[in-house]
Amino acid sequence: MIVEGDLLHTVTADHISDRRKRLGKLLVWGTALLGFALALWQMAFETGRVASGFDTWRPVLYAYMLWATALCAAQVIVNGEKGKRTLFVLPAALFVISLVLFPLLFALYISFTDWNLASPNGPQPNGLANVREMWNDEFYWNALKNMVYYVLAVSVEYVIAFGLALLLNSQIRARKFFRVVFLLPLMLSPVAVSWMIGKSMLEVRFGPISRLLRDVGIEPSFFGSPEIARFMIMAMDAWTFIPFMMIMLLAGLQALPSEIIEASKVDGATGWQSFKEVIFPLMLPVSVTAIVIRIIFKLKLADIIINVTSGGPGGATDSVTSFIFREYRDRSNVGYGTLLAIVYLVLIIIFVTAMLKLVSRWMERPA
Amino acid sequence: MSAIFKDHDVAGHPKAKWWTSRVAIYAALFFWTVICLFPIYWTLTTSFKLAPDVMRGNMVPWWDFTPRWKGWESIGLSPRLIGEVSTVREEFFKRFWNSTVISLSSSLLAVVLGSLAAYGLSRFNYRFGFMRNSDISFFFLSQMILPPVVLALPFLVLYKSLGLLDSRIGLILLYTLMVLPIVIWIMRDQFQGIPIELEEAALVDGLGVWGAFIQIVLPIALPGMVAAFILSLVLCWNEYFFAALLTSTNATTLPVMVASQTGSQGINWWSMAALSSAAILPLVIVAIFLEKYIIKGMAAGAVK
Repeated sequence: MIVEGDLLHTVTADHISDRRKRLGKLLVWGTALLGFALALWQMAFETGRVASGFDTWRPVLYAYMLWATALCAAQVIVNGEKGKRTLFVLPAALFVISLVLFPLLFALYISFTDWNLASPNGPQPNGLANVREMWNDEFYWNALKNMVYYVLAVSVEYVIAFGLALLLNSQIRARKFFRVVFLLPLMLSPVAVSWMIGKSMLEVRFGPISRLLRDVGIEPSFFGSPEIARFMIMAMDAWTFIPFMMIMLLAGLQALPSEIIEASKVDGATGWQSFKEVIFPLMLPVSVTAIVIRIIFKLKLADIIINVTSGGPGGATDSVTSFIFREYRDRSNVGYGTLLAIVYLVLIIIFVTAMLKLVSRWMERPA
Repeated sequence: MSAIFKDHDVAGHPKAKWWTSRVAIYAALFFWTVICLFPIYWTLTTSFKLAPDVMRGNMVPWWDFTPRWKGWESIGLSPRLIGEVSTVREEFFKRFWNSTVISLSSSLLAVVLGSLAAYGLSRFNYRFGFMRNSDISFFFLSQMILPPVVLALPFLVLYKSLGLLDSRIGLILLYTLMVLPIVIWIMRDQFQGIPIELEEAALVDGLGVWGAFIQIVLPIALPGMVAAFILSLVLCWNEYFFAALLTSTNATTLPVMVASQTGSQGINWWSMAALSSAAILPLVIVAIFLEKYIIKGMAAGAVK
């Protein structure tokens, strides 16, 4: 949605005196200088060149915040009415940039060091050693392979979610009750879910599901073999996130023009025909949006794996996130773990961009 | 004679078909209801069970087992212990309070920052360097794909040097960052639905852009903001990854507390069940009473 010129036109005669402009610039540069001076001083203190300093870098943070505030204020002081418009976006932009860009740059630096939190030397650059280690790390590639399986599982979730949305959209009583109930799993934290289902209901001796299976005559073992363990993780994740897709699809269904469906009925289409030829094509944009967002969430999957299987058996259920989590938690391998994370980020960006390119023509609503 | 039979047959057939479809629909609905509710039911009832009840697989309270407060006593919340001093209860309430403060304030911060940005992007044209409006929107929304692992380790080191490790402020900032793209996604949709003539009238009547925004647009967009706020609240309340890495004693949230109990050997089923129930109950209540807003928030991006 690109509109030339402001959607909301404001005509104001701004006469900003030179003194006001100078004041604004002085504010920004003054606070920036203060921040730099504090940072330099603190750095000198940490490297031992200056005797006195602060315990932490917190004063530098305060100076940074002061600078950010000054920058916002200066927009209005220097640019007048135009600055007031900038002020809508600037705080959020500053917030995101400072919380993402700096850490990302920093991450890029530590990913090429041999930093282990347990070692006393601190970070030492070690060139491409981490990359070589990653190349030979079977567990990392295995985790990436698992992510492919996990992402593919979204298709099954989509089918179930679509079915539920159709059910909720049909002529039923107590629709609100069913909607609330179907929504509930989404509200539960993955950690609680991993206890409620993974550790208690699927417990081999006393869990209700194991009991049921034993009554049927199957000896339950949910996290013994790789395939079943992976399936269990997928099922638990699906259980929490199916409502998410369901609600999006339901909203799409309810926005469909009812005349078209009635017209197809008048023309003699059976239920399945009108679904295949009318509802499904019309729902394509919503479906694609829901699937894309769901895949983006899926790529962050970790909590359930960390708490139920810790990646076992033999890394069969590991997602990249849970693998790096353990790399950090158990081995304090900050440098190597960060490199893995950065590589993962690059892969995700390539994958998501390609996916968006591929599906963007279906995301538009047919006119 | 045969004509009557035929007539009867034609009239009866759709009715039978209608009934089968009814039965099928309700059967499917009830089947999924059981799938959704059984884990919650199981957790709630287990929190009132004793060890033998768990082992025997008793399920229905007052029918095959007598409810006991043992599980809730282990976090200091039972009729017997409620008047007494209890360290476990204090511990629990500390975590609960941390979770509440962190999720409320980060959702609030995200809604404020996100609404402002979304309003600006839906009304004015910006140019920051090479970035136009659509680029800025994409920049905000693209944060959604940023996996938490990438930020976690740098933040750990950064927070250590800033003295923000194991503090609520640190988590609040991160959670705000995490939900901000979602808030902007929802709010942009909301503001685009508000006719621009309203603000034009306000500007003619002498309000500034900020005056028009606060006095005219905000009240109209309030339901959307509530939706965004509640969705953020849910995400922040349930967040585990950052909390597990960046907190240790002071600022730990409920999910971390739940997770740390599962790690220990020989889980106490009743106490884990009580703890899990207490952790999920607030959001279950939110879901039941504010379902309208949650659905509104999630549907915002789907339907234009």
